[in-house]
Amino acid sequence: MLTRLAIRAEAERAFAAFRATGAAEVEADLLLPAGTLLDLYGEDIRAQAYVTHDPDRGEMMLRPDFTVPVVQAHMLHGADPARYCYMGEVFRQEDEAPQTLQVGYEIFDRSAPQEADAEVFALFRDALQGLPVTPVTGDIGILMAAVKGLETTERRKSALLRHIWRPARFRALLDRFSGRAPVAPARAALLQHLASGTASDLIAAAGPLIGLRDEAEIAARAEALLEDAATPPIPAIAAAMLYDLLQLQAPARAALSHLQAIAPHLPAIAPAVATFAQRLDALDRRGVATEALPFEASLGRASMEYYDGFVFSFRHGTQTIATGGRYDALTEVLGRGASIPAVGGILRPHLMAELRGPK
Amino acid sequence: MIRIGVPSKGRLMEKTFDWFGQRGLKMTRTGNEREYAGAVEGADNVSLVLLSAGEIPRELAAGRIDLGVTGTDLVRDKLANWETKVSEVAPLGFGHADLVIAIPACWIDVETLDDLDAAASAFRRAHGHRLRIATKYHRLVRDFLASHGVADYQLTDSQGATEGTVKNQTAEAIADITSSGETLRANHLKILSDGLILQSQATLYRATLSQGPEIDALIKRIGF
Repeated sequence: MLTRLAIRAEAERAFAAFRATGAAEVEADLLLPAGTLLDLYGEDIRAQAYVTHDPDRGEMMLRPDFTVPVVQAHMLHGADPARYCYMGEVFRQEDEAPQTLQVGYEIFDRSAPQEADAEVFALFRDALQGLPVTPVTGDIGILMAAVKGLETTERRKSALLRHIWRPARFRALLDRFSGRAPVAPARAALLQHLASGTASDLIAAAGPLIGLRDEAEIAARAEALLEDAATPPIPAIAAAMLYDLLQLQAPARAALSHLQAIAPHLPAIAPAVATFAQRLDALDRRGVATEALPFEASLGRASMEYYDGFVFSFRHGTQTIATGGRYDALTEVLGRGASIPAVGGILRPHLMAELRGPK
Repeated sequence: MIRIGVPSKGRLMEKTFDWFGQRGLKMTRTGNEREYAGAVEGADNVSLVLLSAGEIPRELAAGRIDLGVTGTDLVRDKLANWETKVSEVAPLGFGHADLVIAIPACWIDVETLDDLDAAASAFRRAHGHRLRIATKYHRLVRDFLASHGVADYQLTDSQGATEGTVKNQTAEAIADITSSGETLRANHLKILSDGLILQSQATLYRATLSQGPEIDALIKRIGF
């Protein structure tokens, strides 16, 4: 029988190890204003988080994760660089256990991102020592670089980048932009209609202008649609390489060789591949066997994620015991203009205790 | 005693009474015409509970009523994992309504969910907040949009006169039930071509918590 005390002891043990690195301990509120989290994750988070209401403050959310409050606290008055650790409850509707302890560690450091990536990974490896877990790593930065390097319009690139964490949507867009999917009948009819007159005439004929979205916004997108329809598809070779990249799963060193081999054809990924190589060297220096370390290019591409570089998980079967990654862009979103490279992760002590088994 | 929950007002109540009447259960309002009281003739041990259609899913889930008539839209929106809490006995063939996503007719650039997603992204950049969709069907709309990968929207609650929210600038789009589409057109709105979330109709449900030969017999008696 797994007791709360056993889980607590597991958490305390990991937390002590994190604190021993000299990281500052952070306390975060249990009850958070819902607005920031909704703006960041979108409405989807309502299906997972517990939302409650305060007559004065409006919607509040029981802490669904620590990252947002920790980043906010850092952006307000953090040291630079800084290392933080924390331990506390998070609440998610969909997990088997709706209320669970998390122990986490975050590094905010501008100097050597690949070193920080390796430091966090090694710290989590050490915290999980003795448990039957398997690591897996990825790098969303490589995917993003590949998208940014496509020979196509900025509009198409930003549409793909916006949906990088929604694999099905990303795939549908890429299929359309590369000409693999036929033009949908509804879109074809729409394009035909848009081409039949000026935007302002068509808008006037469609009905009165109502709502906040004004005529200029409607006309601008109508024009963009026509422009996009006249844009040639993403070249088949480039598209094929991107599809290949999305599927890439290999031991990290083999993945690196593969990426280095395709980099001459996708020059935009070269800096990201160099970063990947430096990270593997940094991991080697911390005793990680990168020859065998699993790498999956699409790891971390799930809705309600925000990782944009290195990502990692430690798994036992289908369970994720620990997970983390780099989220440089998030600090910019939450930092109101300020930003700082950041990497971190969390451990799930209730799963660790389960793996440890009854004593 | 078997408790049957029936909508307490209007055509939905009348048609439900007719439906049961044709199957040998005569339902009537009793007492003062403003009093929410009713009776069932033609079966012993059956009582009528007159309720707001919106509360019937909750009462079924809790097992406080054994059978209940309400819209499929309400059951699926109000009950998480509805299949585990109620089962459908029979669709009643009336109260048809489609839950749809509608946008201003003047949006000549938006025809599908894909367009809505792209418009939402541009709207957020231009206005600094997510594109607002007014609805009372929060769960159904959110699940639908999530499964289609639409982002940068927010749901704003609207319990009535939802078609007017766009003109009043409290929302940019709506998700609401419609039968003929006339109210939408009158308010200068059009339906997305792939914006049908659910086709709803009045349906007789049985509470999962209500088991027993008495209820089995009653359901059999009305022909199911």
